[in-house]
Amino acid sequence: MNVIVKDLTKIFDYQKAVDSLSFEAKKGEILGLLGPYGAGKSTTLKMLAGLLRPNQGSIHFDNYTYEKNESKIKKLIGYLPEKNPLYDAISVTDFLFYMAKLYDIPRYKVTSRVLDMISLCGLENEKHKLIKELSKGYRQRLGIAQALIHDPEVVLLDEPTTGLDPNQTFGIREIIKTLGQEKTVILGSHILSEIENTCDQVMIMSKGQIMAQGTTAELRQAPNSDFSLKIVIKGGEIPAIQEALNQLPQIKSLQLQHKQEFEVHCTPGQEIERAIFELCKDNDWYITEMTPVQMRLEDIFRKVTQKQ
Amino acid sequence: MNPVKVIINKELKVIFNSLLFYIAFTVFFCTTGFIYWLSQGNIFYTGQASLGYLFTVFNGVLFFLIPALTMKSISTEKRDGTFQLLFSKPIKTWQLLAGKFFAILIQVLLCLALTLPYYITIACLGHVDHAVGFCGYLGLIFTTGCYISIGIFVSSLTSNPLIAFFSTFAITIWFQFLFEMLSSWLGNTFIASVFMYLSVNDHFDTISRGIIDSKDIVYFISIISLFLALARYVICKSRI
Repeated sequence: MNVIVKDLTKIFDYQKAVDSLSFEAKKGEILGLLGPYGAGKSTTLKMLAGLLRPNQGSIHFDNYTYEKNESKIKKLIGYLPEKNPLYDAISVTDFLFYMAKLYDIPRYKVTSRVLDMISLCGLENEKHKLIKELSKGYRQRLGIAQALIHDPEVVLLDEPTTGLDPNQTFGIREIIKTLGQEKTVILGSHILSEIENTCDQVMIMSKGQIMAQGTTAELRQAPNSDFSLKIVIKGGEIPAIQEALNQLPQIKSLQLQHKQEFEVHCTPGQEIERAIFELCKDNDWYITEMTPVQMRLEDIFRKVTQKQ
Repeated sequence: MNPVKVIINKELKVIFNSLLFYIAFTVFFCTTGFIYWLSQGNIFYTGQASLGYLFTVFNGVLFFLIPALTMKSISTEKRDGTFQLLFSKPIKTWQLLAGKFFAILIQVLLCLALTLPYYITIACLGHVDHAVGFCGYLGLIFTTGCYISIGIFVSSLTSNPLIAFFSTFAITIWFQFLFEMLSSWLGNTFIASVFMYLSVNDHFDTISRGIIDSKDIVYFISIISLFLALARYVICKSRI
């Protein structure tokens, strides 16, 4: 099921939390909403989950809309809220049965779905415990289990790994990757590594707007992205090499990293490698290393979110 | 399964796992028993197998018990954020409210079932009009329904159960005592008759005497519907 969002706007007390957002999430793809706190990720996910009504714009789940098919859509989506609220006073199994029955899963399927979710989310040893006795990691797993209990076509996950230790984070990411193979997954997070490691498509948000959109590779190759090279030049004095490099018109900035290692930033497509090679040849220096530095998602994120 | 039934089952499961519920039951049973059998105005003192007094005692104790049962109904869902969880499922606000309402009503019915031994004892001690007994319990169920709907409405306004408890108490005290008192102070005026109509006690007294009047039934159903509709409005408004 594809999710098509057009011109989505949400205003809280004269403040635009989400501003004319448009995107499409496709089946078999994980779309990551990346942004700092207050970027509008959770508000967007809440609107997608039908918890908030947009002031403007439309959300289509294939041909279904909330205005006409609210119950139908809610049966097709699974949602993990940001703070993962759960009922502490009941057991893991009772909670999952409760959620399954709310989705009106046929009675003969309920038990098998609950057992499947317990197995998928690794809750076998915790299933008889009260929810208040679970660790943060298991609570998060239970949150994901309730979101998947009815085998939804669209999964909305809001900050699924916040507050987890590295092992727990790895476990949750593996579950999300498995889901992404056959469902439409929309994942909101402020953790760059999470988005980088799990998502096929990334949407960087700031102040309710999309600042950049595409696959991680596409974002790295964005036309306004800098091209960086790490070079190690030997056979000369460092100040002389530094001065000579600075005089090359293609180089926008230069940083001395370590001993004779430099990182140069330049505009892409200017054949900087050739210019550096000519410079070394003229001065009788030699290059021991020249590596293109791939722009990290973190750099792109910082760049686009600091624009505003 | 119907979402209302699912919510009722879950609510009852939570409440039966809670020690507080058993304490509340014991307190209700002991308090009603003490007032009816042992206090100064007990039935042995009056020398009458009176059902009217029995139902007045039950009504008074339930008046204190119901705010305690309703205070958490919506407020904790708001406080813990489980509203987000529930409303991302295919359920409607009225189904949630109906589930909560009937779950609390069932708890009160269980409380009232505990009092059946009292009723049977009185029936053994003297002549009892069973039709009046039936009407007394019916009146208690209607009165309880009113207070539960008020409690659910107040609980929907706040995320603090303690505030919900005292606010419910503050509103129900008007329906239990103050409207009736104001009415008697104002004498024979139109406003006095309006206040008298608003008093739950007036309608409860009529039913518990064995008179089932459509005026009283309409009153109870109106109050229940009004406060549940207000609760629905508050919840829907918070989701916009």
